[in-house]
Amino acid sequence: MKTAGVLIAIALALALQTSLARFVVGGTAALDLVLVVVVYVALTTGPVTGMLAGSIAGIIQDALSSGTVGIGGLAKAIVGFAAGVIGQQFIVTAAFPRFVMFVAATVVHAMLFMGMYVVLGLKEFPSPWAAVLSQALANAAVGIIAFAIIESLPGAIERRKYRRSRR
Amino acid sequence: MAVIDIRRRTGYFFLAVIVGHVILISTQVTTKRGVPMLEAAVFGIFSEVQRAANSVTMGVRGTWQDYFALQQVRTENDELKQQLAELRVRLQEERNLAEQSQSLQKLLDLKTSTALKTTGAGVIAGGASPEFRTITIDKGRGEGLRADMAVIAPAGVVGRVIQPSGRAAKVQLLIDRNAAAGALIERTRAQGVVVGTGADELRMDYVAGTADVKAGDTVVTSGIDGIYPKGFVIGQIQSVNRGGGQYTAIVIRPAVDFTSLEAVLIVLAPPPATTDKGGTPGADQDRE
Repeated sequence: MKTAGVLIAIALALALQTSLARFVVGGTAALDLVLVVVVYVALTTGPVTGMLAGSIAGIIQDALSSGTVGIGGLAKAIVGFAAGVIGQQFIVTAAFPRFVMFVAATVVHAMLFMGMYVVLGLKEFPSPWAAVLSQALANAAVGIIAFAIIESLPGAIERRKYRRSRR
Repeated sequence: MAVIDIRRRTGYFFLAVIVGHVILISTQVTTKRGVPMLEAAVFGIFSEVQRAANSVTMGVRGTWQDYFALQQVRTENDELKQQLAELRVRLQEERNLAEQSQSLQKLLDLKTSTALKTTGAGVIAGGASPEFRTITIDKGRGEGLRADMAVIAPAGVVGRVIQPSGRAAKVQLLIDRNAAAGALIERTRAQGVVVGTGADELRMDYVAGTADVKAGDTVVTSGIDGIYPKGFVIGQIQSVNRGGGQYTAIVIRPAVDFTSLEAVLIVLAPPPATTDKGGTPGADQDRE
C-alpha cells in the first residue's frame, strides 16, 4: 500500500513537472517536484524506501529527458538515502528543519547531478549556483507546503466528519 | 521477510543500488578514446585481475623452476659436465688422429716417391737416458728390421736402427753424440761427415777450409757410409767458422724435429756405398 502510494506520488510529480515545464522559458522549471517527493518519502519512511524512490524516479526522469539514464537516478538515490538516514536520526518535524532539509537535499542533488556530468565530460554547467539556490528555495517552499497539506489532511477529514455528524 | 532482511542491511543495499547506477551510466558513456566506459572499466578491472593471476602463476612457476626443479637441473648439469669432459677428450683424440693422419700421409708420400724399399713404423718411446738420443719404434726383426738400417722421415734423416728386437727396435738419432753420417753440401757438393753433438744441433766435420760453404746451404746424405741412402736432407747450415785451419767448422740445424716424431720409415734394403757423381735424386724427390 505504501509502495503504491510512493509510485503514484512519483508519477504525479513527474506529470506535474512536465506540465509545468511547458510554461517556463527554456523549458526548465526552477522546481524539481520529483526531488520533493523523494525527500518527502525518505523523511517519512526511511532510507531504503527513500533510496528506492529516488532511484526509480530519477531513472524515469532521466529517461524522459535527453540525459544519460542513471545519473539523475544515482543522485536522487543518494539524496533519498541520506535524507532517510537523517530523518531517522533527527527529529525533522518542524517547518524550519524541513526547510533546511529540502534546501540541503536540492544542493547536494545538484552537486551530484552536475558533478557527474562534468566529470564524465558530458555537459558543462556555467555559473549554476544562482539557479541551484532558487531551485532549492522553491523546492523547500513546495516541500513545506506539501508536508503541511498532507499532515493536515487527516485532521481536516476528521473535523469535516465530526461537523457532518453533529448536523 | 526479504524486505526485512534488506532493511537490516541498508548499507549493502545502498552500495548495490549505487553500483547498479554506475553500471547503468557506464553502459551509455564513452571514454575520450571512444570506448564505452563500462567496457573500459570492466577491461581495466579484469586486466588487473589477469595481471594478478599472471603474477601468481609466474611466481608459482618461478618458485618451482628456481627451487623445486633445481634437482633435475643439477642432475642435468652433472650429465652435461660429464658429456663435455668426454667430448673434450674425444676432441683431443680426434685432433691427435688428424695430426697422426697428416704425419702418416707425409710418410706415405715419401714411401711412394722413393725407389727404396721401406716400411713404416710408429714411435712408441723416447730415450731412457738424456745422454743417449734414441727412440723406440714398434717394428723389429719380425718385420725384417736389422741393425744399421736407415730411419728417415718426410722432413729428412732421423737416424739408424741400432738394436732390433722381435717386435721393436731402438733407433739412434742423428743428433746422438755417437751418431754420424756421410754428407755433402747440396749446392757445392762439398763432402764431409755429419756428427751428432748430443744437443739439438749437428756438426759437419772434414769439410775443406777452401770449400764454398755458407749459412743456409742444405746438407744431404752422401750415401758413402753404406747406411743412409744418398740425397736425403739432413739439415741446413746454421753457421760456418773458417778458423784458418784445414777444415771449416760447420754447425747444422737438423731438418727433422726430433721432439715430435710419431712415425718413421725404415729403409729395408741398405743402399750400396756410392761416391758423389752428381745429382741427389733422393733430395730432389724429398723437396717435391
